[in-house]
Amino acid sequence: MRHIISVLLENEAGALSRVAGLFSARGFNIESLTVAATNDSTLSRMTIVSIGDDGIIEQIVKQLNKLIDVVKVTDLTATEHIERELLLVKVNVNQQTQADIDKQIDVFSCKIVDVSEDTYTIEMAGKSQKISDFLESLGASKILEVSRTGVTGVCMKREN
Amino acid sequence: MKLNGAQILINSLKSEGVKYIFGYPGGAVLHIYDALNACNEIEHILVRHEQGATHAADGYARVSGKCGVTLVTSGPGITNAVTGIATAYMDSIPMVIISGQVPSALIGNDAFQEVDAVGITRSCVKHNFLIKDINQITNTIKKAFHIATTGRPGPVLIDIPKDITIATIESKPYPNSVKMRSYQIPSRADSAQINTAVDLIASAKRPIIYSGGGCIIGNADFELRAFTRQLGFPITQTLMGLGAYPATDKQSLGMLGMHGTYEANMAMHGADCVIALGVRFDDRVTANVDKFCPDAKIIHIDIDPSSIAKNVSVDIAIVGDVKSVLNDLIIKMKTKSIQDISFWWSQIDQWRSIDSLAYQNKSGVIKPQTVIETLYEVTKGNAIVASDVGQHQMWAAQYYQFDQPRRWISSGGLGTMGFGLPAAMGAKLAKPELDVACITSEGSIQMMTQELSTMLQYATPVKIVNLNNGYLGMVRQWQEFFYDKRYSMSYMDALPDFVKLSESYGHIGIKVEKELDLKPALIEAFKQKDRTVFLDILTDPTENVFPMIPSGAGHHEMLLTGRDEMTSTNDEGLNLV
Repeated sequence: MRHIISVLLENEAGALSRVAGLFSARGFNIESLTVAATNDSTLSRMTIVSIGDDGIIEQIVKQLNKLIDVVKVTDLTATEHIERELLLVKVNVNQQTQADIDKQIDVFSCKIVDVSEDTYTIEMAGKSQKISDFLESLGASKILEVSRTGVTGVCMKREN
Repeated sequence: MKLNGAQILINSLKSEGVKYIFGYPGGAVLHIYDALNACNEIEHILVRHEQGATHAADGYARVSGKCGVTLVTSGPGITNAVTGIATAYMDSIPMVIISGQVPSALIGNDAFQEVDAVGITRSCVKHNFLIKDINQITNTIKKAFHIATTGRPGPVLIDIPKDITIATIESKPYPNSVKMRSYQIPSRADSAQINTAVDLIASAKRPIIYSGGGCIIGNADFELRAFTRQLGFPITQTLMGLGAYPATDKQSLGMLGMHGTYEANMAMHGADCVIALGVRFDDRVTANVDKFCPDAKIIHIDIDPSSIAKNVSVDIAIVGDVKSVLNDLIIKMKTKSIQDISFWWSQIDQWRSIDSLAYQNKSGVIKPQTVIETLYEVTKGNAIVASDVGQHQMWAAQYYQFDQPRRWISSGGLGTMGFGLPAAMGAKLAKPELDVACITSEGSIQMMTQELSTMLQYATPVKIVNLNNGYLGMVRQWQEFFYDKRYSMSYMDALPDFVKLSESYGHIGIKVEKELDLKPALIEAFKQKDRTVFLDILTDPTENVFPMIPSGAGHHEMLLTGRDEMTSTNDEGLNLV
């Protein structure tokens, strides 16, 4: 099962590689990983999407907690949460494709952030699945370049 | 007063009460060695190879219970130390490793003797640090010792660039304590979980206690004895746990696992309640996990939550310090009545009567088992025994009866050949009043013979018991059983004359070729209180370690010497190593 694991960790050099190293050394899978500073400049927030059965996810959470730099680990999937991912996609636009692309942008409520002679760059934020659906609806032949941030998320209620 | 980084570093180690540093100098640590030269409180042991330094610090830590300290230079200094760091990590041994680094400005430039020490060691340390500012030295050292010695202990590396050791600042007092919001030692165990465990223990009809290294590292041997005797339950110990409960006690079933006793493994298999104390359900212990303890409810007590439910799912998980949990259990069990387990004991006694450690003597050769038994007899079971890795390690664990903790020093997790000799040296420094034996073999000892030189320089007399069978025995055994006797590279054709070798290092060498000479030679060796004696004992080259659970099999599928034909393992088993 797909899990979104949110990790609050010390904003120290090497903290990212400790987490990444843990996943590779123990053979855990990483679907995506995002990391950035938080409102507290001494802490970073890392959001990891991993796929595994309950036993593997339990080990991932325990092993992450064991890392000295890690302050808190939350399996967002186990709580009510919001997840978002940002997509930037560059598509090939011409007379034949434009109408269809415009329609898909409308349907998925995306935004065109740059237009050139024969390309659009489209921005979309949403759940990963929705982003994948959008890319599929555009069709592979129109897509020139895809850049996705990976998932970030927060749990909906105030945490204790 | 202004001090340089090196002086601050050494002062910090003094404040931590460090008595010995095991190390080797080099360019990046010259300032540190200069500061060390002016320090009278710490003795530096100059090893002959950095791997030896880490193993010696490790042996010192295992025997003394204190943190081992190693100091090495950058580049090859730290890469040589990695095997020893990984060894300590796998066995949860508290150790602080200080490695020199090239000057900060050169980091990342492929400078002379530069390696990314923090990167290389990341997966085999509990934590590591790169000091970037002279003001961080004291705090970092305080943190390193705190992390290394608390919770589930482990090695912590501090990488310190040369310029930081040269810079000077006004000296400040060493911090008394350290606060880390991201590192908390498990507090008192959950009492609800303990109560559930108490109920389960009280209802057990076929219970067994399975204890491990955590009971030694956590200094819980007293509580383990009290708890086991209070309940009258059988107890089996892992390789790492030997000595926490006395091996000669009637409740002890000996070691369990791949080369454990028949009664220990059969009792695990037949148990309805397993009380696992400071263990991690290692694959050498569980054998095939699908066949592991099929009828048992398992209570697992460990300080490391990630050890719980990692390999085997358990019924009651208690995260906590094994010593304090045992104390709680002892108190709570006092008011509980337990089941009559005399039927279970009679079953166990039946398994015991099979005498799975019996072996057949053969005239004209010395049996390795006899050597260990004679060593036990000559030392009256009181020696510290450090081992290397292989067949001799298993025989030592099987035939030397450890009645006290911190007497059996062996690389259990990583299985590092070469560990024994430097670890024995560290052990002798920790407990100079005790006899120290290093049980080794001609394969393992050759990985660290250079430390014989260190042992002369620092007068750390050790009795080296070399079980010389000419083969890399454990490899040969597996090749015999599982590879149709194709002995690929398990025979060493050109061995040194170990007597002359040890003599050239200034020690006494004795060669033992006949069983008749074995005991007198051992007696003579231990009479030489102040000398290291190398006993090169020629043992039966065909002997195998029994009993044995072939890989892929369960605890109840043991093979006994002379009674069972060794059949090839299945494909699954071969995969398991």
